[in-house]
Amino acid sequence: MKIQQLKHIYRKTKDILTQGWMLAGLVVVILLPFVIGLGLYLKSHHIFTQYNFWELIGSTEWKPLSGKFGLYPFILSSLWITLIAIVIALPVALLSAIHLTTYAKAWVLKWVHPLIDILAGLPSVIYGIWGVIAVVPAVQSLALSFGIKVSGYSILAGGIVLAIMILPFILNILIEIFKSIPIELTEVTLSLGATRWQTVKKVILRKAMPGIISATGLGISRAFGETIAVLMVAGNVVKIPTGIFQPGYPLPALLINNYGEMLSIPLYDSALMLAAFILLLIVLFFNILGRYTIVRFEKSM
Amino acid sequence: MKWRKIEENLFRVLMFLATMLMGGVLILILIAIFKNGLPALTWEMLTQPPKGGYYFGREGGIANAILGSIYLSLGAVLCALVIALPVALFLNIHMKNHERWVHIIRFLMDTLWGIPSIVYGAFAFMVMIYLGMKASLLAGIITVALFILPIMIRSMDEVIKGVPEGLLEAGLSLGANRTEVAFKIFVRQCSTGLVTAILLSLGRAIGDAAAVIFTAGFSDRIPTSISQPAATLPLAIFFQLNSPIEEVKNRAYASAVVLTLIILIISTLSRYFSQKLKNH
Repeated sequence: MKIQQLKHIYRKTKDILTQGWMLAGLVVVILLPFVIGLGLYLKSHHIFTQYNFWELIGSTEWKPLSGKFGLYPFILSSLWITLIAIVIALPVALLSAIHLTTYAKAWVLKWVHPLIDILAGLPSVIYGIWGVIAVVPAVQSLALSFGIKVSGYSILAGGIVLAIMILPFILNILIEIFKSIPIELTEVTLSLGATRWQTVKKVILRKAMPGIISATGLGISRAFGETIAVLMVAGNVVKIPTGIFQPGYPLPALLINNYGEMLSIPLYDSALMLAAFILLLIVLFFNILGRYTIVRFEKSM
Repeated sequence: MKWRKIEENLFRVLMFLATMLMGGVLILILIAIFKNGLPALTWEMLTQPPKGGYYFGREGGIANAILGSIYLSLGAVLCALVIALPVALFLNIHMKNHERWVHIIRFLMDTLWGIPSIVYGAFAFMVMIYLGMKASLLAGIITVALFILPIMIRSMDEVIKGVPEGLLEAGLSLGANRTEVAFKIFVRQCSTGLVTAILLSLGRAIGDAAAVIFTAGFSDRIPTSISQPAATLPLAIFFQLNSPIEEVKNRAYASAVVLTLIILIISTLSRYFSQKLKNH
């Protein structure tokens, strides 16, 4: 009897301790995004004692040594590169997702899935190397055919590399979305005499629209934060890009390239933290937008 | 009537091309990396740390970065596992009757997953400076652990979510408490899926460079304790590629081959385990 009681107490304590650990872990994970956001804000808000927010975002001059911290060229470069990436990746992902879910036989999808996974799992530095080996020279000769002489390290090269990187990511989401659309819808329109493409165009795409918007949002947020690969091919020159063959200097690259040296210059670290904070806000905005639409979409299915 | 047919066929071709493009790009990337990297890859590169003048094309290898990456990612995966597994179990077993909250937490976790690794890096660096720590293997491990935490939790969560309804009730009715059901029954039931989740996080941990660039430091020596700085493979590739010397550049390609192979092995393994899960 005694032993059984002891055993019971032992089990009970173990249960309570483990539950405590689980709960603590959960609290840590829940607080993490807020702590990151708050930390970056607290560190960056010193700069607002001397500059106003819009001044920093709108100014084009980046000269930390003379106290000029204009973030506009970086934000604009990031926006351009992201825009190019999404414009390339979205149509390809859409066509491919429709092909895989409505036209192709089931075994094709089974074979393509591992490919998508491998592509999604390749580290960004590998994409960067590929960009340097293949994309940059290609962009250079493309520009040359327009009569423009450039190095090839440009926002276009960044956009292309980024497009390839987010392609598997967007494709995965789109495949899930198209799969969740009830097959009856297709059957009805097909039996009414519509062609497959008409069905896709008039019924499936319309039905999947929230999902497509969501995939786009998530793709943008993924693209915006991508660092190493873009840094390797974008050229990193601080100026407003005037064309797609011109080099750009995306926001994450600014962080990487300037981190170690910032401590001696006043407000420099605040400016960089502000850059990180803005990056976080933009990424979170598109991410939450995307997630929210997808939750709504799933509920409507 | 005719236009309908043309449109149909046109898009059929376009869609086929789009799918082909994806497979094609993967092959192009692999060919580019291996074609440039394999000629420069030697046994010496894999087994030696950099010697004097390595970055000017002299002797040595990237053993420091290979080992550094392995230490760092294994350490990070272990740290993340200690939190991720309990949290994933807790969400599915202890919070089973609080579906609203579970939804909110999943949403939050997905959002956390989306935060770019450079932001984790910047944040961790800031905390490091604040605490007066130096860049070290330990700081790198903690940063990467935070970064892969949401990835691991969400993929484990998806696995545990798939466990049949009755298992929890059956366990409880046999007199086990929830914690015992979680660790003794669910973990065993999901073991292959959990391994897949761990491998997925391991791949992320090895491949990421932006989170460790400020926190792990970079060193030509193989780290012997967690307080020393450590080199990582992605950063070694990145630094060598920036060199103007042809020899060193070629070594960047060779290092990329090593990293690609590691990632391919991990993803093949995780494929194997997830296949096994399906056959269950």
